[in-house]
Amino acid sequence: MNPLSSEDLANIEVLKKQIKDAPKGRGQLIPLLQMAQNILGYLPDKALSLVADYLSINRSDVYGVASFYNQFRFNPPGKNPVKVCMGTACHVRGGEIILENFERKLEIKEGDTTEDREFSIERVACVGCCALAPVALVGETLHGHMAPSKVEGLVLRVQLEREKAEREAGNS
Amino acid sequence: MTENVKSRIEAAYQALAEEARDQKETFDQSPLPKIHIGMASCGIASGALETQAAFEAALKDRGVEAHVHTVGCLGHCYAEPVVIIDHPDSGFPPILYPEVTPGKAKMLVKLFLEGGDPRFEHIMGATVENEMIPSVMEFARFNREKRVVMERCGKIDPEKINEYIAQGGYGALVKGLGRTPESIIAEIEASGLRGRGGAGFPTGKKWQFARNAAGSDKLIICNADEGDPGAYMDRTLLESNPHQVIEGMMIAALAVGATRGLFYVRAEYPLAVRILTTAVDQARELGLLGTDILGSGLDFDIDLFQGSGAFVCGEETALIRSVEGFRGMPRHRPPYPVEHGLDGRPTVINNVKTLATIPPIVEKGADWFRGIGTPGSPGTAVFSIVGNVTHPGLVEIPMGVTLRELIFDICGGIPKQKKFKAVQIGGPSGGCLSADFLDTPVDFDELRQAGAMMGSGGMVVMDEDSCMVDVSRYFLDFTQKESCGKCTFCRVGTRHLLNILQRLTRGEGKEGDIKQLETLSRAVQQGSLCGLGKTAPNPILTSVAYFKEEYEAHIQEGRCPGCACRTLTAFYIDLDKCARGCDACVACCPVDAVFTTSTRKKGIDQELCVKCGECMVACPPEYDAVVKISPAHLAPIIERPSEKKS
Repeated sequence: MNPLSSEDLANIEVLKKQIKDAPKGRGQLIPLLQMAQNILGYLPDKALSLVADYLSINRSDVYGVASFYNQFRFNPPGKNPVKVCMGTACHVRGGEIILENFERKLEIKEGDTTEDREFSIERVACVGCCALAPVALVGETLHGHMAPSKVEGLVLRVQLEREKAEREAGNS
Repeated sequence: MTENVKSRIEAAYQALAEEARDQKETFDQSPLPKIHIGMASCGIASGALETQAAFEAALKDRGVEAHVHTVGCLGHCYAEPVVIIDHPDSGFPPILYPEVTPGKAKMLVKLFLEGGDPRFEHIMGATVENEMIPSVMEFARFNREKRVVMERCGKIDPEKINEYIAQGGYGALVKGLGRTPESIIAEIEASGLRGRGGAGFPTGKKWQFARNAAGSDKLIICNADEGDPGAYMDRTLLESNPHQVIEGMMIAALAVGATRGLFYVRAEYPLAVRILTTAVDQARELGLLGTDILGSGLDFDIDLFQGSGAFVCGEETALIRSVEGFRGMPRHRPPYPVEHGLDGRPTVINNVKTLATIPPIVEKGADWFRGIGTPGSPGTAVFSIVGNVTHPGLVEIPMGVTLRELIFDICGGIPKQKKFKAVQIGGPSGGCLSADFLDTPVDFDELRQAGAMMGSGGMVVMDEDSCMVDVSRYFLDFTQKESCGKCTFCRVGTRHLLNILQRLTRGEGKEGDIKQLETLSRAVQQGSLCGLGKTAPNPILTSVAYFKEEYEAHIQEGRCPGCACRTLTAFYIDLDKCARGCDACVACCPVDAVFTTSTRKKGIDQELCVKCGECMVACPPEYDAVVKISPAHLAPIIERPSEKKS
């Protein structure tokens, strides 16, 4: 299990405040889990138990619901979440090869986050620009017509930008 | 309803419509140029936001005045970002430009808006018939379509309710308010409308059941939980014209006597969620939703529920479970949701496209609707056609158009002069049809007979380089992951089917596998409760029926005819064609598998190669030296020279 970062702890406080105004009832379970994930980026045990206690539902039950749906994740996303489209059109055009390249390059498996929380890899269903297949999202930016060499370039670019930001932060 | 109330509703609506029409007229008659930019998800993915920013910056820099008007999606995904420029002063008709990059945007502001030169080389066509520029209506993609559901998509700004009202929007609601519920249901039944979610159940009948159901607290749910991994028309529709769906839902509510509506939209569709929320708020502000709608004394309001991404929640009882806060697992029917739905209330669940079809039917009548399409399946079908076609995107055609017309005429056929191999219709629940079925008309019953199904409307076209075994594996991988686990045959059966298919794609197939696939498929169909399990084996059954030789090649020869299964395929470099001086393949290889031989030609280390095909793309066309071959052992072995000692 990932230890909670200081940012996570601060977000949990935000969640505690916001959850107080929410209506109760079993039907609120999924909306509240969504709210928790919006605030935290993922659902750590602490968030699940907050929701469970608020709605007076068993924690195991809450986990059962959360783990049923694809939307909910239990490990923190990276600062640059990589989402590789696994829609039908992308599959036909080699989406799996792109996913493998990200996995190889970042040395993590799909669903995981790198140790420094810089990158995470997810597979997503159709993002709806099948004409650009295969596609991948890094952060919010969509990259179409992906190729293995582009994977290298994208990862390198993010790393260079981070180094540049660090240098600038160091200078000022 | 008394005449008095009727005239009050009519007057309230006319007041709204008049204001909307005035606004439209002011906009239309403005002498300024208008730039319409398609801004649905697909447009944004292709860079429409950057294009919009570039237009705005260029207009400001050059001091040109123009309206930048964001609209929904026209459905021409291959050409995104799509921009229509209406520049009345130039004397040209409105012109449609495809693939407008920020650079093109700047150029068009300078040369067209300022200089009056429309730059013919970048034009797709004029949007209206005229004598100067060929119209887009000359393309099959435009003139063969028949738009009922998507009529206003790409023409109006989805975030401005008045643009919908100005085009006659909510007029059908007013008509509906003036009629009895029975007559609305009769009209829908007479129109022969069948549910567009895939199964094709008659909508009028469903409404009648709900109307007859006991209980006063009835509910309409719009199912926008589009889970098919290759389909996106529901999302596009909600992003481009949400009000038509809302209006359809309200008419449904009138017909069955519901007071509440619920949109079940995927949380993965943030733009659709945002636009829908705005649309509902705007409708409420104008008194079209809420209490005492347009002075009729009737109440109706709409909530939004964000679905958390489970394919099985497309099934109505599973959808209801998930709204209630449980794992989305289907239950036995009967009782059907129309009698015993969400929290035990009678609940009608209709697909987005079904609801969007309602207003035009109420507006123009059942006979008009029956005039489109085939007798068994009246109306139109919306498909998202993707894969190996020249013009992928959303297409709305009358039912009864053949697959051949759809793929070859309307979508431009297969690119790169490849041969057509198969078309997969209906996503994970549908089937793969071979070239023999190209003359099948698109129609609920005809497609089912062929073994495919209308499904959600996803259509994937595949050329000769695709492998049918691999495609079946892909869909089974999907359904296996999405199976909720309730029924043993679905939970375990799909796992076994997937295992067999995975073995086949690795060349480890054995005699009897095909038989086993068929037997197990039938068992899964029979032993599953809901549509997911009942249809999950369809991709296998159809591909085994129509592409048996591909399965046999995998099992008997370890050969993948499409060279798509990577374990069975190898890449090698044809030394007769390879040029000495070129290093393109070496540079692009992500795993350093390409090496230089003693003659300075290249070789591929089969141990390291991950078969991504990048070298094949990189090899300049004048050499074309990289060859793909299956089975893998046929590739000639080129020894890697030992590392030079330094």
